[in-house]
Amino acid sequence: MRIAVVGAGIVGALVARELCRYEAEVHLFERAPDVGWGVTKANSGIVHGGFHDRPGTLRARFCAPGSALFEELARELDFAFLRTGAWVLALSRVEVSVLEGLREQGEENGVPGLEILPREEVLAREPHVNPEVVAGLWAPTVGVTEPWQVAIAAVENAVANGLFLHLAQEVTGLEVSGGRVQAVVTPQGRYPVEAVINAAGLYADRIAEMVGLTEPRLFPRRGEYVLLDKAASGLVHSVLFPAPVGDSKGILVLPTVDGGVLLGPNAQDLPEGAREANETTGEGLEEVVAGAKRLVPELPLHQAIKTFAGLRPESPQQDFVLGPTQVKGFYQAAAMRSPGLTAAPQIARWLAHEVIAPELGLTRKAQFNPVRQGIPHPAELPPGEWEALIREDPSWGRVVCFCNRVTEGEILEAVRRGARSLDGVKFRTRAGFGRCQGGVCTDKILKILARELGREPEDVHLRGPGSPVVVGKVRP
Amino acid sequence: MKVRRVEVLVVGGGAAGMAAAAAAAGAGAETVLLEREGNLGGVLEQCIHPGFGLHRYREELTGPEFSHRLRGELAGSGAEVLTEATVLELAPRGPRLLAAHPQGLTEFRPRAVVWAAGARERPFGALRIPGTRPAGIYTAGLAQRLLDIHGLLPGRRAVILGSGDIGLIMARRLHLEGVEVAAVLEIKPFPGGLLRNVVQCLSDFGIPLLLRHTVAEVHGRERLSGITVVEVDEAGRPLPGSGKFLACDTLVLSVGLIPENRLIEPLVPLDPWNRGPQVNARLQTELPWLFGAGNSLAVFDLVDTVAELGARAGAAAARYARGELSPARPVPLVRGENVLHLVPSFLVPGEPTTVYIRVPRPLPQARVSLGGVISKNHLGVRPTEMVEINLSPEALAELCRLPEVRVEVTPG
Repeated sequence: MRIAVVGAGIVGALVARELCRYEAEVHLFERAPDVGWGVTKANSGIVHGGFHDRPGTLRARFCAPGSALFEELARELDFAFLRTGAWVLALSRVEVSVLEGLREQGEENGVPGLEILPREEVLAREPHVNPEVVAGLWAPTVGVTEPWQVAIAAVENAVANGLFLHLAQEVTGLEVSGGRVQAVVTPQGRYPVEAVINAAGLYADRIAEMVGLTEPRLFPRRGEYVLLDKAASGLVHSVLFPAPVGDSKGILVLPTVDGGVLLGPNAQDLPEGAREANETTGEGLEEVVAGAKRLVPELPLHQAIKTFAGLRPESPQQDFVLGPTQVKGFYQAAAMRSPGLTAAPQIARWLAHEVIAPELGLTRKAQFNPVRQGIPHPAELPPGEWEALIREDPSWGRVVCFCNRVTEGEILEAVRRGARSLDGVKFRTRAGFGRCQGGVCTDKILKILARELGREPEDVHLRGPGSPVVVGKVRP
Repeated sequence: MKVRRVEVLVVGGGAAGMAAAAAAAGAGAETVLLEREGNLGGVLEQCIHPGFGLHRYREELTGPEFSHRLRGELAGSGAEVLTEATVLELAPRGPRLLAAHPQGLTEFRPRAVVWAAGARERPFGALRIPGTRPAGIYTAGLAQRLLDIHGLLPGRRAVILGSGDIGLIMARRLHLEGVEVAAVLEIKPFPGGLLRNVVQCLSDFGIPLLLRHTVAEVHGRERLSGITVVEVDEAGRPLPGSGKFLACDTLVLSVGLIPENRLIEPLVPLDPWNRGPQVNARLQTELPWLFGAGNSLAVFDLVDTVAELGARAGAAAARYARGELSPARPVPLVRGENVLHLVPSFLVPGEPTTVYIRVPRPLPQARVSLGGVISKNHLGVRPTEMVEINLSPEALAELCRLPEVRVEVTPG
């Protein structure tokens, strides 16, 4: 029994991991050279409560149960997750009624602990919030994580449980005959399969078209962000939402798991073809700053260290497209707009255990180890444990990224686990993610990568092919 | 974990730290210098151009040569040097410093600390310039390290944003190594670096300097393919319709240095303009055991100044460690008109002092005044060159009788 998952974002990674619990040969195909480099890489990183979604939608069905799985998942897969809670802020009397609507909607969706609290309570807990705040909806089950780390962790764990990972291998065709999916075709080969799961993110519509399906229909929605340095830590302690207008959650101010503060996103619907248009715009960044200032007027913008944009796959229905299709063996995990990250663990479980396994008659493996150890970060360990690592290998005592105190040992471990580029190292270790944004450590990491991979420095890339950090030697 | 008691601990092995450690050890204090990199010298090692040492050594040296001299002084002083040692924590009680090193962790318990951590570069993201995020965007310091330390070419056709000295130097270095430098862009109406560098790094090589220009957008998906250059008005706002595409695969940023004070920031007050700790004329912070030196105090123009301040901080720290520095009554220096950077923040009676003043904008003619006691006419005061005022013992004594000393630079 061979199963292919298309797309190594958070959804594909978690689905592949769940499928590895069964006696099946699971293959994960990803067009990018690394895991989690699409939609997963550039979003708000929020584990939502589930009160934003209209009852009856798939979003509402999977969000709150997905959210509830994150403690267990973070424990098993060893990624950073903080259940910070969130406020939805009403800045006028009219907006208070919006909060009431959200609370009712949340309660219908099974979101626990929602309460509307007065201005004084909001300001006592979040002193930097706009003093004009009238009331706040407190949602204790909202949290924050690093979505790329979730995908990386899930894939590492799946590989340890037998997954075949195919990076930089784009699915260019799917063979169907007799109404059943037969094979996955890539430039590197043809793989006969019994089932395909479409978790192809921004390109899920193209994968679906390969088997003749017209759903999902996707267009990219761009969200831009401004990241503030850890020096701004303490500005906010929980995720701050404005009272929503329509289906957009609005521009937020939120703490990141490593102590920074993230502002954004705005929401710009792009033409259907603009699937790679993840550039920021002047107007967009201004919109983000203005939106964030509405919630927190005294923003320390001089502490901005990075701006970026991400694309999320939006569909006309504004809902996920999930489950079996009229093509036997072809399953959708598509149109994963917000709250896709939050819903992903629950979708993965449901799809693997309640849909695919019964339909294909899969049996559970005798042994599946759900636990994955993250790369140790000695700067966060007790001194004794750090010293033990250094005794094992002095590279654990050599700090390379000073902003985030990432040691050479961590970078070597990231390379051992598959990092092949500066971004590969950065997303696994946070090296280069700090206030100097790689100004001090880029050359060192470049040299380490060149040495460990046996490459010339000019063959080491920032991301994928075509992104060399240097182009040659001064005196060849 | 090892525990190590020491009289003076110096954090940072650049020009300030080396001079501080040499001075402290030279004064007889048991001194340890911690440097996070694998070698001493800090940014000097990558500054392979000449122009250093005219004040300190009365010779024109390259960065590595200047560093070599200081290393010689340090070696002769008896100070102990630990490289690849990163300070992780600075606890004010004790005080205690935790440092990581490939041999293990060490807790230092010094009597006095000289903070000489230098400055870091502002990153591209701080500018909030829209566009893509391709490879090919470097801070000037990173480009310089790639080129001058590792012998690697960052790209083939470069644009430099910012005409600070590092940007000007990098324009010439890139040009000399065969990289085409399309332009140096400066958002202000005047260059950010020393005039001699504008001449010797740009004019001499025909590299265009575009004043009142900046980058409006970055293009290129994987590797930089070009930028949109715009002209700006007096307030730095883009002039509509002035945008032009400029093809390049490399963008080098020289957009400012920030004193590195992460660990001491929670402990002592920083001067909001200098962005370094407030120090008195002994270079002593509000915590009497903590001294500041070099570019972590404020960003200086010359390494000679940085080394000089380091030596003074090291000597004062040694005196403190041995109980020879009596408490002083500090006299605040306060900013008046046209004063951006100002070091020190306090005078100390009897403590020989040079006051360093940076103006925020060029003034063709200016009068520099300290508390009405000192008043000097200067021709051509520029932000790129700090004004240095040496206080005579008599002037110092007179100033120290004032409740505070107002420092101002008035035009004309």
